[in-house]
Amino acid sequence: MSERGAEPRRGPRSDNTARDGSPPVNGKRIVLPPANPGDAIADGASRNGQRPAPPIDPAVADQPGDVWDRRIASGLAFLRRRLAGQYEVDEFGFDADLSEHVFHPILRLLYRDWFRTEVFGVENLPRNGAGLVVGNHSGTVALDALMLSAALHDRHPERRHLRLLGADLVFRMPVVSELARKSGGTVACNPDAERLLGDGALVGVFPEGFKGVGKHYSQRYKLQRFGRGGFVSAALRTGTPIIPVAIVGAEEIYPMLADVKPLARLLGLPYFPVTPTFPWLGPLGIVPLPSKWLIQFCPPIPTADLMDQADDPMVVFNLSDQVRETIQQALHRLLERRPDPFAP
Amino acid sequence: MPVRRGETLTVDRSPDAPGTVVVTGISRPLGARVAARLAADPRIRRVVGVDAVEPGPELVALLGGVERVLADLGSASTIIADLHAEAVVHLAVLTAPDQQHGGRTAMKEQNVIGTMQLLAACQQAPRLRKLVIRSSTAAYGASFRDPAVFTEETEPREVPRGGFARDILDIEGYVRGFRRRRPEITATVLRFAPFVGSTIDTTLTRYFAQPVVPTVLGRDPRLQFVHVDDALEVLHRSVTEEHGGTYNVAGAGVLALSQAIRRAGRVAVPVLEPGLSAAAGFARSLSVGRYGFDQVDLFVHGRVVDTTRLINEYGFTPRSTAAAFDDFISGHAGGTVVRADQLAAAEQAILDGIRRVRAAVEERS
Repeated sequence: MSERGAEPRRGPRSDNTARDGSPPVNGKRIVLPPANPGDAIADGASRNGQRPAPPIDPAVADQPGDVWDRRIASGLAFLRRRLAGQYEVDEFGFDADLSEHVFHPILRLLYRDWFRTEVFGVENLPRNGAGLVVGNHSGTVALDALMLSAALHDRHPERRHLRLLGADLVFRMPVVSELARKSGGTVACNPDAERLLGDGALVGVFPEGFKGVGKHYSQRYKLQRFGRGGFVSAALRTGTPIIPVAIVGAEEIYPMLADVKPLARLLGLPYFPVTPTFPWLGPLGIVPLPSKWLIQFCPPIPTADLMDQADDPMVVFNLSDQVRETIQQALHRLLERRPDPFAP
Repeated sequence: MPVRRGETLTVDRSPDAPGTVVVTGISRPLGARVAARLAADPRIRRVVGVDAVEPGPELVALLGGVERVLADLGSASTIIADLHAEAVVHLAVLTAPDQQHGGRTAMKEQNVIGTMQLLAACQQAPRLRKLVIRSSTAAYGASFRDPAVFTEETEPREVPRGGFARDILDIEGYVRGFRRRRPEITATVLRFAPFVGSTIDTTLTRYFAQPVVPTVLGRDPRLQFVHVDDALEVLHRSVTEEHGGTYNVAGAGVLALSQAIRRAGRVAVPVLEPGLSAAAGFARSLSVGRYGFDQVDLFVHGRVVDTTRLINEYGFTPRSTAAAFDDFISGHAGGTVVRADQLAAAEQAILDGIRRVRAAVEERS
């Protein structure tokens, strides 16, 4: 079908109009790396005023190799799929198609360009099969969970999705709840965690919960209490390795200077933050400060040999403490590598 | 199984298949179809359909081999005793109030009081071996702290707001009591997901059949359906085979509500949830309208169940939710606003348009 558009232009003039095979975008031509070495030769040849070799001649604007054509076509195909409902949603509501094409591109801008995130220890994540990723939680707004899942999806060799476990407050809120489900999240409860792990998923959990996200700026990088260790018993019951992860940078995005408790109670929120920019600058206060982020995945802690002790509170607490210690030490090491929170 | 084939008996009697089956609720399509199906099974000698209301003419045609008794469930004890019934299939459970027949009051009367009376009669029946009860996945209630997938062991976290869901909880409570008193009777509780199919007419299929479909703003619940033919198969096997316990019956997989509406080619109109709840409450107080808290809660929370137990125990896998819903769409293509092939044509037209414009631009330069 692309030949039809190309046909009328196949005159002598077409040689210099379609040299490198990209359409003019905003008046300037985007130079793309050639699809194959032959193209590069043809490119140079046409620049010298010679006719390119006939088989390469149709490498014009609307050939399948063209990046913008591909993008427009795949965008339209995505739109058609969405409008016709021709996509799959899993039993937790995870919409891989939407995550891949909408959520991750947006998150990638934040994690790569805004927060300049560096990721270490990706090799500690399981290539396939279940894994429980346990991280520190901070930042007033739980952007760290989203950045973690974006970084993991981008850097993991199998481009795996992290299935986040969220507080029920998230699932109480309209719109937010559906974004959470469609991006792979579900309510933090043992049946869901064990089900996901049993299916061989990579599950992300933040045992500090709101105690971690809603802590004062002066408490930054001090891990809070780890709850009842429900995440440990879920890992033990399914024999899933625990991968502690330390996230540095989220503490500085919305430094919480005060918590207006009466307002929080009024709105039914766990805290009402006051940051240097919120609520003073109004909507501008929503822009996170561009801190420098480091994410370190620590070596996995195997649990398969403890499967029969999932109900022993001593085992659960010890393991929970071990995970907490690992994250705290990794945080200290990362902070030494990043003396300036807003370093480039 | 010690089935003695080739004997001069008129039918092969497998030890599990009961001789006389009583089916309640035959004035409604599900009850009538189950009764007709059981009557067509040569292993079952006699099928008696009980209902307080005469079935409609289109259902009477189905009920050829079924003996009909016009009675309410209050007189069930005499019927079950007189017939020496060996199995009772209780399908006289209404999912939505019928305004022509007494509304919510009559619905509760039939669902709760009717089940109580039927179970009391069953408790007295000496020859009864099997009891099959129609329940619903509404038994899991609706709460924001619910797990994503319900197994049969999940307890509801809150008492649901909807009338039907409350009735279901009551009914299951009575069955639990019955199981304690008559442990030797095989009691099967089937928690069905909402029925769909090309031929069936329920509150939910009428909802999806509208060209413009109201949804709850900011919510996109996960839904599961079961094809009505698969539901019939499971009910049939529950009578002829031995499957005590509680089972989720649903098609594998999930459709998001928005996705289902798009697949059906309908248009969704999001409505604010408080407005919808208020409307549902208002409609209930006026006893008009088809939608109540049952529907609002389903469309806020969604409902997904695990069917592993059914598949393992029955050796039967219902068709998937998506396949069941496709069958429903094929039967209701009339109200379609947007069709998939129209979208594909539009996509092609846009791509061609871009190519033409660009070709023209490059021609000029």
